[in-house]
Amino acid sequence: MTTVLILAVLVLVAIAIWQMTKIFELSQLKAETSQIANDSDNQTNGYLLFAFLIFIYAITIFSFYNYGKFLLPEAASAHGDEYDSLMLVSFVIIFFVQTITQALLHYFGYKYRGKKGNKALFYADNDKLEFIWTIIPVVVLAGLILWGLYTWTTIMDVNDEDDPLVVELYAQQFGWTARYAGEDNVLGDANVRMIDINKANILGLDEGDSYAADDVVVKELHLPVGRKVNFKMRSQDVLHSAYMPHFRAQMNCVPGMITEFSFTPIYTTAEMRQNPDIKDKVRRTNEIRSERAANGEPNSDPWEFDYILLCNKICGKSHYNMQMKIVVETQEEYEKWIADQGTFAETVLNQGDSDTAMNGVQ
Amino acid sequence: MSVTAHAHVDDHAHDDHGHHHKETFVTKYIFSQDHKMIAKQYFITGVLIMGFLGIAMSLLFRMQLAWPGESFSIFEAVLGKWAPEGVMDADVYLALVTIHGTLMVFFVLTQGLSGTFSNLLIPLQIGARDMASGFMNMLSFWMFFVSCVVMVASLFIEAGPAAAGWTIYPPLSALPMAQQGSGLGMTLWLVSMAIFIASSLLGSLNYVVTVINLRTKGMAMTRLPLTIWAFFVTAIIGIISFPVLLSAALLLIMDRSFGTSFFLSDIFIQGEVLHYQGGSPVLFEHLFWFLGHPEVYIVLLPALGITSEIMSTNARKPIFGYRAMIASILAIAFLSTIVWGHHMFISGMNPFLGSVFTFTTLLIAIPSAVKAFNYITTLWKGNLQLNPAMLFSIGLVSTFITGGLTGIILGDSTLDINVHDTYFVVAHFHLVMGISALYGMFAGVYHWFPKMFEGKLMNKNLGYVHFWVTAVCAYGVFFPMHFVGMAGVPRRYYENTAFPMFDELADVQVLMTVFALIAGAAQLVFVYNFIHSVFYGKEGPQNPWKSTTLEWTTGNKHIHGNWEGPIPEVHRWAYDYSKVDENGEYIIPGQDFVPQIVPLQKDEEELHH
Repeated sequence: MTTVLILAVLVLVAIAIWQMTKIFELSQLKAETSQIANDSDNQTNGYLLFAFLIFIYAITIFSFYNYGKFLLPEAASAHGDEYDSLMLVSFVIIFFVQTITQALLHYFGYKYRGKKGNKALFYADNDKLEFIWTIIPVVVLAGLILWGLYTWTTIMDVNDEDDPLVVELYAQQFGWTARYAGEDNVLGDANVRMIDINKANILGLDEGDSYAADDVVVKELHLPVGRKVNFKMRSQDVLHSAYMPHFRAQMNCVPGMITEFSFTPIYTTAEMRQNPDIKDKVRRTNEIRSERAANGEPNSDPWEFDYILLCNKICGKSHYNMQMKIVVETQEEYEKWIADQGTFAETVLNQGDSDTAMNGVQ
Repeated sequence: MSVTAHAHVDDHAHDDHGHHHKETFVTKYIFSQDHKMIAKQYFITGVLIMGFLGIAMSLLFRMQLAWPGESFSIFEAVLGKWAPEGVMDADVYLALVTIHGTLMVFFVLTQGLSGTFSNLLIPLQIGARDMASGFMNMLSFWMFFVSCVVMVASLFIEAGPAAAGWTIYPPLSALPMAQQGSGLGMTLWLVSMAIFIASSLLGSLNYVVTVINLRTKGMAMTRLPLTIWAFFVTAIIGIISFPVLLSAALLLIMDRSFGTSFFLSDIFIQGEVLHYQGGSPVLFEHLFWFLGHPEVYIVLLPALGITSEIMSTNARKPIFGYRAMIASILAIAFLSTIVWGHHMFISGMNPFLGSVFTFTTLLIAIPSAVKAFNYITTLWKGNLQLNPAMLFSIGLVSTFITGGLTGIILGDSTLDINVHDTYFVVAHFHLVMGISALYGMFAGVYHWFPKMFEGKLMNKNLGYVHFWVTAVCAYGVFFPMHFVGMAGVPRRYYENTAFPMFDELADVQVLMTVFALIAGAAQLVFVYNFIHSVFYGKEGPQNPWKSTTLEWTTGNKHIHGNWEGPIPEVHRWAYDYSKVDENGEYIIPGQDFVPQIVPLQKDEEELHH
């Protein structure tokens, strides 16, 4: 079906191009052979430049009207608010400049389209004008830079104030694992050289490190709302990037080093599901999905909103499907959940005793 | 030194004519040392062939993005075993993305664009018989050709071509276990790029030396057309930054083949720990982007130079703020070498470095803004001759502004956090450097086609169709793409179906792909026009655009050494369009331009531009 559609579109386009060529040819009153623009070319293309300006505005309005709702919802992290404000202000400036400069550019193209006998103005320099349009960007950019740098320093200052929860995000082709620091809130030492697949020590924790014993290794990220989380990122094979768009958070995971990012979630998953934008989005998405279900297509299960962690650095064949669900919940829910997860000591160390003994014999 | 060089050229001007009677087919069309022929060779290899491949690849993966998992017979036909039953494989998707990026950035827009126009225009516009070293120039092209052959050959090997993204970040690019394409495919990629860099350096050195030493009498640096300034500065940036990419490539080759650990450390893959210890992928990112960012300007500056020249000629007005334009080119060139870290805000490097790079990055917006404003003012009160080349120049300014403005967001380390590596970035750089540079290149081809093919002109009506369809489609593809990025869709995803939150974006993907397919078809109009005009184009007047610069003082017929008689002397800058005396009359009665070779008239002032 789609193939037919594409073919139809392509044929129509070919016809359109052919017709346009014809129109351009006919628009030359006399069958002139010169390939240099004449007055009638200038006329036609001057009008087209003006039409193009309208097209640029139209596609802008069209995109905002139709696609504006696709943008990420309100930030779900404490620093996200500042991020969103800075983004908004930057966008206002951008659209202001875009609207004006495109208008000038295309309007001049239309207004001053050439005509035989017209005289152009010899106008080579104007220091005052050039000074003005150098200094305006300087001032505007200085403002944006200062605001941006202030926000950046605040976001990137990963410290231990306010009793943060320490969580490791561990990346590998093609999945995520999270490790909680446990009771002591200190992550045990780890290195890929200590990975022991036989004992399910998949993150390479140091079995002799007492801090490691209470660490909790899980496949789903749960975060208590309102508490700062300090993430420590590691990767075991290639570069990955831990991207949590709803929290305005991203940091690469680099083999051989530990990278950090920190944020405080401010809305639980349940609260976010009540956000009007999210509710709309879920409704729209489920409409698409029910349509698919009706056609018997895959990917048709109804969707419920969840925060998500995506990989955002090309990492190989299944890069497009490297994800982990994030659940933000109340402190009580979180405590209940974490209590149900086995610690490193419970799941690996104790259960692995017999293996260690065997290794010793060998 | 420069004085002797001048003397040398002038003395031997007539001797040169003696040489080319002996020209054979091989020395004229293949191993030619003539800059005009080399320019054409660059255009055909770099732009027509590599450009065709690069654009065709983008159409293939755009189809996959719009209709994920759909079966297309075209996939089966061109991808063979990589598209079982017509469904594109995830590995080959990444390979297509990687090679598309590599071809477009390096082969088409670096050597294709600079190689064509620096070679064609530098000697013609500065008044030189040829490049400083014709032999080196020939060597540069043939090394480029070899690197093209190696790159294209890598498409046909068993395990497929490199697929780690055009930035080839290790460890992905270093470990064949991590990805099929990181085996022989990546080796060939690196070999090809190493040869490419050598070619680029030979070319750039030649351009710099030629511009410095071989300018004709009277051609002061402040009288050079802006094209030459742009090519000259581009060549300098290339000389500074390409060697760094070469070192990165060499170290990566060492890591891959000789077990060193420059970029690798602590890796556990496919059930075993590798021996690498102590290297850092972040180091590679620094080295790569030390070239990679100047590279953006290596791509863009020549296009801006071409636009300056064409816009002024067709507006029948001097370029506004000539000296400011030169200052902007120099400022952009300088700043371009100290902004690379803005590609790495969230790479794990020290956030303080991020602050510094934010600062330098946003600074570069200033000279860019000055350039945009100067272009707009150049149009003001002009007598615009809307030739296809002029339209492409105006189009360039339009996409340069649209794409450049979003750079304010990406250059801001804070805002980059959430849009980094999303489609927002893809939209940004395609508009600001991809489309803009392509427009500059097309403008150059339409404008200087007569200089490439002995006075023949391209068909203007096909040119108009080419421009308008392309202009509409370029915005049609890349404007909505910003929204996809702002919705959080990461780039280099084979399909977005694994995330229900992206379901509703499927329609946008289809829209973008349809525009892309139409745009691709429109390029065929250009190819047809180009080839047709080469053979059947009508010969136009010697100076069809009524331009002031020196290349139009040469005859339509190509001769080795460019000018029949002695090289003309230059008496004024390149932008005396519509200049009038006190009485409001043109300097040369009845003619709205004064060629550079015309001496200053009585009472005429050479305004201090």
